[in-house]
Amino acid sequence: MIFHHLILRVVTKLLVGTIVLFALYVQFHGDFSPGGGFQAGVIMSVAFILYGIVFSLESAKKVFPEWVVHKLLALGVLIYAGTGVATMLLGYDFLDYDAFSPLHPTHGQHWGLLVIEFGVGVTVTGVMVAIYYAFAGRPPSMSDEEW
Amino acid sequence: MNKFFEFEFLAGHIHYLLFIVLMMTGLFIVVDKTNLVKKIIGLNIFQVSVFMFYVSIGKVTGGTAPIFPMDSNYHVDKDALQENLYSNPLPHVLILTAIVVGIATTSLGLALIVRIRESFNTIDEEEILEIEQKMTRDDNMKYDDISKGML
Amino acid sequence: MIDTFTNTVLFTMLVLTALAIVRMERLFAVVMLSSVFSLLSALLFVTLDAVDVAFTEAAVGAGISTVLMLGTIALTKPAVKKSRHNAFVPLIVVCITGAALIYGTLDMPAFGSLDAPAQIHVGPDYLSRTPSDIDVPNVVTAILGSYRGFDTLGETAVVFTAGIGVLLLLSGLRRRRDDDGEDI
Repeated sequence: MIFHHLILRVVTKLLVGTIVLFALYVQFHGDFSPGGGFQAGVIMSVAFILYGIVFSLESAKKVFPEWVVHKLLALGVLIYAGTGVATMLLGYDFLDYDAFSPLHPTHGQHWGLLVIEFGVGVTVTGVMVAIYYAFAGRPPSMSDEEW
Repeated sequence: MNKFFEFEFLAGHIHYLLFIVLMMTGLFIVVDKTNLVKKIIGLNIFQVSVFMFYVSIGKVTGGTAPIFPMDSNYHVDKDALQENLYSNPLPHVLILTAIVVGIATTSLGLALIVRIRESFNTIDEEEILEIEQKMTRDDNMKYDDISKGML
Repeated sequence: MIDTFTNTVLFTMLVLTALAIVRMERLFAVVMLSSVFSLLSALLFVTLDAVDVAFTEAAVGAGISTVLMLGTIALTKPAVKKSRHNAFVPLIVVCITGAALIYGTLDMPAFGSLDAPAQIHVGPDYLSRTPSDIDVPNVVTAILGSYRGFDTLGETAVVFTAGIGVLLLLSGLRRRRDDDGEDI
């Protein structure tokens, strides 16, 4: 852990919450403004990666355990594909969101978009955090002074 | 051939030329540099230049970003919609997903580099090639001895 | 006209950054420059009206990819060794490729023209149908999730697969070693 970077640690503590909030905004406001699951997933994972860099990998893993990450990256794809299966079970085509609200097709589309964007966001968050954990978990070959 | 030197033609095609210059820089890094991390960065430059080229196809002069105006109930305002010209959103969709897939595959390449460094203790292409040639020579000599022993 | 000017200035900066990346020896500087490159290209995407793409590029290119590159350097070596072969042959290869591509662009429609083939077929159709079909203001989201939902499902699966690949390469083997003990 970096004990001497006091300012960095305080600023990080302030920033992490803001970044998560911004990620959620990008995730659920993606229908109305630039944004969506892909961007939100990346921003959300940046919050955890920043926390992991400034504090330590161990404290990041306490907040977001590795097994949860591994479940999440599969869960997102399942949510997405499951939405498609659900529309099929309701008697419509695969990923035809009109199925969720046959009387108001645009409402159904809104629900469908919200759910699949959430699935994309979950997968991207999981993958990016998992990749960071995998890289950071290896013993480094060079010391801090060599940079 | 004359039309290729007119100002209008050049102004319309200068962007493509610039994308290609950028792409050439990326390709040069990939072909010339022997360090594997640098090759990956070259590949990224190459990739971004292709993305730009693709997105530029959807650009319409005088157009704006394909986000419609909203009315007070968060629905698309169909009257205000007609006032603007919008750029083609399809290339944006394709490239948006391509960027995220690009970073995922880049990280796969970087993971491979880390494993290469652990087996060969170098990430320089020429050194890896030398080590591999030496390993093959050693293998050949070993199996040569064995086959001689069998005879 | 002002568009062309802005784009050209941004492009000059991009090309200069790329050339600096070619020249640099220290990988740390190269990675930082590639982060700068991503931010500049995000700016260029904004001028090309692709705000969603710019958003993604800024988050991914300047954020995550820099972290991953730095992580890789920390696990490998920081400096690039001088290459022994000369740069003449690669330069020839690159120039031939560039010349072929420039020859290819001569037939392309002018930049930003309204009657280009890309502008008269499926793109305007999406633009005109989105308000009644899906009724979300951001057309990019509408195409991404609904019209081209299959594509996006595939892309998500690719991201997932790449993540699994990294996990197998970097963390899977180590755990197996710990369990077996004497495995090489």
